[in-house]
Amino acid sequence: MSGTFTKSMARNIFYGGSVFFILLFLALTYDTERALPDRDNRGAITPQVVLGKKIWEENNCVGCHSILGEGAYFAPELANVYPRRGGDFIKIWMKIQPTGTPGRRQMPQFNLNDEELDALVAFLKYVSEIDAAGWPPNIEG
Amino acid sequence: MQYQSQAVAKPYFVAAIILFVGQIIFGLIMGLQYVVGDFLFPEIPFNVARMVHTNLLIVWLLFGFMGSTYYLVPEEAETELYSPKLALLLFWVFLAAGVLTILGYLLVPYAGLAKMTGNDLLPTMGREFLEQPTITKLGIVVVVLGFLFNVGMTILRGRKTSVSLVLMVGLVGLAVLFLFSFYNPTNLVKDKYYWWWVVHLWVEGVWELIMAAILAFVLIKITGVDREVIEKWMYIIVAMALITGIIGTGHHYFWIGAPEYWQWWGSVFSALEPIPFFMMTVFAFNMVNRRRRNHPNKAATLWALGTAVMAFLGAGVWGFLHTLSPVNFYTHGTQITAAHGHMAFYGAYVMIVLTMISYAMPMMRGRAAANSPKSQVVEMWSFWLMTVSMVFIVLFLTAAGVLQVWLQRYSDAPQAYMVVQDKIALFYWMREGAGLVFLIGLVLYLLSFFVGRKDAEAVSV
Repeated sequence: MSGTFTKSMARNIFYGGSVFFILLFLALTYDTERALPDRDNRGAITPQVVLGKKIWEENNCVGCHSILGEGAYFAPELANVYPRRGGDFIKIWMKIQPTGTPGRRQMPQFNLNDEELDALVAFLKYVSEIDAAGWPPNIEG
Repeated sequence: MQYQSQAVAKPYFVAAIILFVGQIIFGLIMGLQYVVGDFLFPEIPFNVARMVHTNLLIVWLLFGFMGSTYYLVPEEAETELYSPKLALLLFWVFLAAGVLTILGYLLVPYAGLAKMTGNDLLPTMGREFLEQPTITKLGIVVVVLGFLFNVGMTILRGRKTSVSLVLMVGLVGLAVLFLFSFYNPTNLVKDKYYWWWVVHLWVEGVWELIMAAILAFVLIKITGVDREVIEKWMYIIVAMALITGIIGTGHHYFWIGAPEYWQWWGSVFSALEPIPFFMMTVFAFNMVNRRRRNHPNKAATLWALGTAVMAFLGAGVWGFLHTLSPVNFYTHGTQITAAHGHMAFYGAYVMIVLTMISYAMPMMRGRAAANSPKSQVVEMWSFWLMTVSMVFIVLFLTAAGVLQVWLQRYSDAPQAYMVVQDKIALFYWMREGAGLVFLIGLVLYLLSFFVGRKDAEAVSV
């Protein structure tokens, strides 16, 4: 870089640029917060869904699965598992784990009772109805 | 070593390296579970191995950053560290918290760990990378606050250089953004929105400041190029990192329920994110070419050039590969993401910590400037083995990801997730093979600390 471009000019670009883009990011976040109620399906968040999210977290489901594309990539996407499989299938599936098939990926048995399984299904149904701009691309997730 | 108190960095570096070994072992376990699904089941289910793998990475990088800071700041400030005792105390606190948390993952079912640690009081667990019990998160906050106090007081007492200021901005940012890990709303969209304020704004934001500052410090030392020149480059690089990276957060907001204008903001700004990494590469090579001295530590020079190149490839090129929203629609949450994550973390953050260790460790172990030629040769072999095998890990994961997208997503007749996984197993096997080569490289890295200890140290020619 030439001698006319000094260190203090570079420093000012750093501080000025950072502050400007932090403020822009906060402004976009404010606008996002205002737009979210129409997209995030918050009307569906019942106490049962809240319990379902807690069960989802406390069993580290995201350690193997992804939800809205985020998490691990070892097991199927679950944001659309409710429309893909339905609530009854999910509950039975959870109850019969692990399959014990030699060499196949195994899902642990989490010993959830019926109330907890219903809550988990309610949570997954709520997630499937979030407006995620058409994602996942198809029913297979 | 110019100041006695710089020696507190040593336990931090030793702990970092030991935890690094643990991270790789669990990575190999997970890699095998991808193809031998019931390997170590039910003793170590995949989700547990993954938590250990990713959390060990985060903890050892934090050890590396803190150690680097303790080494760098006294020399930059031209004064002893404010309190070496506090630094050692916090080392043991952080190590105990880290080891107990990892043992908790391994020995207790996760739901039991949540119960034991009172997750009900303030539920923060069970989110990717932030799996730590709430009490561990509080411990991290305490350690980081004590660390910032110690370093801040040292800088206030001494010379204030641009390198230490940028490092400090990065570290304070790291601490402040971590506070969002305590915010876990029941609304999943908001949960995800602010979760990225920790994850993205760390690795594509403030951590880049830490990386640039450490790289600038090492380049000043090994090239002897005028500080003014190096600091000017550093400022421009970190300016570009934040100018592109902050709004670049939007590339995570495409498909989580946020407004769709994020597809524009996120695509445009994150497409610019490779620029600071490319500048870092040009910077590192330029400074080494214009060097005014031939530093005898060839290995440290190699790491410094390597981190710049690999960060550009991993974070820049592999990031750009899937960051435009029409592409990301198909690649989001596939092995493409995993490929990018591996090379970006290795190139930018693993290698910058290893650069600093390579530069500083010989001095802390009683050398004047560098290890013996024999030790450096082994270290450079480990550099090439780890780096080349990481390139192959990433290429195999990318191939797996492309096929996954093709068969499961970009198709008129999409196939089920597990059906596709079986079809791409070959690439998972090859990834595991490359992972074993990485482990050999890591063993050589460990050996480099012990071979040629009695030989005379390398001298510049």
